[in-house]
Amino acid sequence: MPVIDAHDVVKTYGEVTAVDHVSFAVRSGESFGLLGPNGAGKSTTMRMIGGSTVRSGGSLTVAGLDPQTQGPQVRAMLGVVPQQDNLDTELTVRENLMVYGRYFGLPMSYVRPKTDELIAFAQLQDKANAKVDELSGGMKRRLTIARGLINEPKVLLLDEPTTGLDPQARHILWDRLFRLKEQGVTLVVTTHFMDEAEQLCDRLIVIDHGKIVAEGSPADLIQQYSSREVVELRFGSGRNAGVVDQLQPYAQRIEILPDRVLLYADDGEELLDQVRRAGLIPVTSLVRRSSLEDVFLRLTGRSLIE
Amino acid sequence: MSGRSSWLQANSSGRVWAVVERGFRAWKSGNWVVVMTGFFEPLLYLAAMGYGMGGLVGEVRGPGGVVMSYAGFIAPAMMATSAMNGAIYDSTWNVFFKMKIAKLYEVMLATSLGPLDVAIGEIVMALFRGFIYALGFTAVIAAMGLTHSWWALAMIPVALLIALGFAAFGMAVTSFFTRFQQMDVLQLALMPMFLFSATLVPLEVYPQVVQWFIMALPLWHGVELMRQLSIGVFTSWAWVHLAYFVVLSAAGIFFTTTRLRALFLK
Repeated sequence: MPVIDAHDVVKTYGEVTAVDHVSFAVRSGESFGLLGPNGAGKSTTMRMIGGSTVRSGGSLTVAGLDPQTQGPQVRAMLGVVPQQDNLDTELTVRENLMVYGRYFGLPMSYVRPKTDELIAFAQLQDKANAKVDELSGGMKRRLTIARGLINEPKVLLLDEPTTGLDPQARHILWDRLFRLKEQGVTLVVTTHFMDEAEQLCDRLIVIDHGKIVAEGSPADLIQQYSSREVVELRFGSGRNAGVVDQLQPYAQRIEILPDRVLLYADDGEELLDQVRRAGLIPVTSLVRRSSLEDVFLRLTGRSLIE
Repeated sequence: MSGRSSWLQANSSGRVWAVVERGFRAWKSGNWVVVMTGFFEPLLYLAAMGYGMGGLVGEVRGPGGVVMSYAGFIAPAMMATSAMNGAIYDSTWNVFFKMKIAKLYEVMLATSLGPLDVAIGEIVMALFRGFIYALGFTAVIAAMGLTHSWWALAMIPVALLIALGFAAFGMAVTSFFTRFQQMDVLQLALMPMFLFSATLVPLEVYPQVVQWFIMALPLWHGVELMRQLSIGVFTSWAWVHLAYFVVLSAAGIFFTTTRLRALFLK
């Protein structure tokens, strides 16, 4: 039985349909991603899993329970890491963890050792008695995640876990999340970062305008919707669109972005050679592997971060 | 399952204590100076009005026509007002901060706590503060010789009941606020209520219509009940005053729970 089972889930706000007949199932121990641009309906879906947003239609269960009618029981099985850190600024790092455990009704005899364990997990031993305001962005994020683990949740819901962090802090965080995955914690991650989805997710759904547009593992999606490699060419603003007709014969597919042209092919270097031999000299060129960004571009005609 | 028990189940996990525990931990690191000002304010009023004005006014007729010194007349009113102010301060500024800025209630409701647990837990914290004020104030006015009956001890639990009514209702009202400025508007309503609710002058000095209006407001009931307790003389209105606050408190808690649900579990 899947841990999370969603069928035809709909959420409307007045005239606006934020989530439009979405169905998916998350298996125990899996790392599942919801990928899409801002406003695609990812966070709304997350809130419906936690029962803090009421569905307009469809069915959704977490371990067989409906979060809408059995909210407190469902939330006892979940760890929630919201998009924006909402740590308790009146309390210390340690107190944040302890008090949160108490909200779940956990006894002090459990909460105390668990708090020490999580402070170590979040690498905050030196800051255990500091107030939250003294922490850096990355530290706050790690504490928020540690807090979500206090009740040993079956599922950890992470909404945009690394948005706003610098590259080093992101890598530390990914490492922490990877450890959780190895321990068998089911992760549900929303993100609009391709690299994050590729790093963390075993399987993901791509959401756009509230609808699922694709589903599969990152590798499957890339194979299905893109070529093996991509050549990114810049001819200078204004010229990009003009050279497209001449490039057409060489690529399987072409995408024109405001600042560059993307050529899809199985062998990028060879394609670049052909283009050069044809006398088309770009200002800059880059050959890379296809990524989820290309999948998204193919599926929606837009890039994820605009 | 009856409708009542399912309402309880959807709104509570019976863990009010966890919310109170959080409150005490926050207090421990909080600013005691702010807490203490709430204690001295009514004492300053009592000193300035009771002894300053009291020298000009002399004596007044209190409950059941009993003659009281002016300081003795306003002391119980100051206590009722301080219970109100403490509760309102806690349930407006503090609650607004936790609701809109610190997102504390959102966090609490993402755990297995229910909105009723959060509402009652926060109100208990406001009451604890009120309890300390009431204890101190009663000790001071007893020492000044302004109490004339053992009934005055009952002013402490009644101060809590007044605080409960205002805190529960204040929290519900605050949930509608979106900007800090709106709380100043609330103060604009509370100030005249403080001045005219038979706090500083007897109700009888006002025209009949105004009297009816004042008697509909909560503070008058608190002031009257306190005044009767301070001298141990009761009128047939005592039960009405008590009932007014019981109803106000129950309605406020229900209203607040519904609002928290609407705001955070939508």
